Amino acid sequence: MSRDQQPYARPPPGSQPPYLHPEYRSTLKRAPSRPLLRLEQTVSETTGPRFSAAIAGPQLVDLTRQGGREAQGQRILVAGRLVEEGGRPVRDSLVELWQCNAAGRYLHGKDQHDAPLDPNFTGLGRAMTNDRGEYRFLTILPGAYPWRNTHNAWRPRHIHFSVFGPAFATRLVTQMYFPGDPLLALDPIYNSVPDEAARRRLVSDYEPELSEAEYALGYRFDIVLRGRGSTPFEDRG
Amino acid sequence: MSRDVPTPSQTVGPFFRLGMDRPEWSDLTRDGARGEKIAIEGRVFDGDGAPVDDALLEIWQADAAGRYDDPAFLGFGRSITDEAGRFRFVTVRPGRVPGRGGALQAPHVNVTIFARGLLKHLVTRIYFADEPANESDPLLASIADVAARRTLLAVRQEGTGVRVYRFDIVLQGKGETAFFDL
Repeated sequence: MSRDQQPYARPPPGSQPPYLHPEYRSTLKRAPSRPLLRLEQTVSETTGPRFSAAIAGPQLVDLTRQGGREAQGQRILVAGRLVEEGGRPVRDSLVELWQCNAAGRYLHGKDQHDAPLDPNFTGLGRAMTNDRGEYRFLTILPGAYPWRNTHNAWRPRHIHFSVFGPAFATRLVTQMYFPGDPLLALDPIYNSVPDEAARRRLVSDYEPELSEAEYALGYRFDIVLRGRGSTPFEDRG
Repeated sequence: MSRDVPTPSQTVGPFFRLGMDRPEWSDLTRDGARGEKIAIEGRVFDGDGAPVDDALLEIWQADAAGRYDDPAFLGFGRSITDEAGRFRFVTVRPGRVPGRGGALQAPHVNVTIFARGLLKHLVTRIYFADEPANESDPLLASIADVAARRTLLAVRQEGTGVRVYRFDIVLQGKGETAFFDL
């Protein structure tokens, strides 16, 4: 691999959150204080891990019966495509997901929210995308929950996603939100993304065609990763 | 949703262990690997010098021969910090890989750091302080600030058995690690 590979484009200005966002208090002591150093991508950044099914582990795409019986709450289907900018599907790629239950409680020792755990819901999902870059989970609509960022602050309903894409440079961890949630306007994590069009990308679409009659509501959440090649923003740093 | 804007990053939050805890992934040699077996360990600190007990680190590296596409070596690892901010990987010392224009890079391990309070992950690199090839590494050479460059060097620890390299990460303030914009 002696030839230089085409680098992944830098995202447009304002389309990603900053490190320091004082409204989200945890950034105050964790955001770097110095400007990042610009790195010209090499094979170290344009390659990335290829997970076999054996390494990734068994797929966990039905979160509604992980305890043997039916979990409490509203059943939802969450489906979408993992693509690069320009629309090229990212195939055979690991998608990891985690979320709280319908009452707004995570199955996690550090979650002290006084809401019930559900013995039939772990909130852990895992899938590999198919040949068209698609994934699909059957899960439970997560509840909103309070957090201690400010007095009486509540996180909007959300599902955490971790995706890899084809390269070290395309690694992404994000959160999927739900359309029409009144808490979105108040959430400093969602609103840390300056550009409104980019921020909107975090909100799933309710999709009647995806819903299953008399069974589950459907939400579409497509995830777009940085693509290779030039964009108008490539050299702006 | 708007077309063609990459999806923004969001923090992993405090509860990522639920979806991302894969303890076996901290040992990159678990299925056998050619080369010199090493451990890389260290601690993560915040701007107050307090240990970060809820960070997730991932590494991506070449095999001992400098290949990223070795079918026998995934080259990817994950480790979550403990209550003292400690992480640990067992791996092999990577070989040299090509840089831009065909120049060789010094052996290095690519690192991503996720945590509550990080709205997007941080990227850095681990180089090995005892590696002569560091002198000619293009990225290290591009960093004028000696103190910043030094934060990228993992230091070999005294001892017998598997060779251990120490690499601490400071998110903010005095001794702040050099982080990269890809």
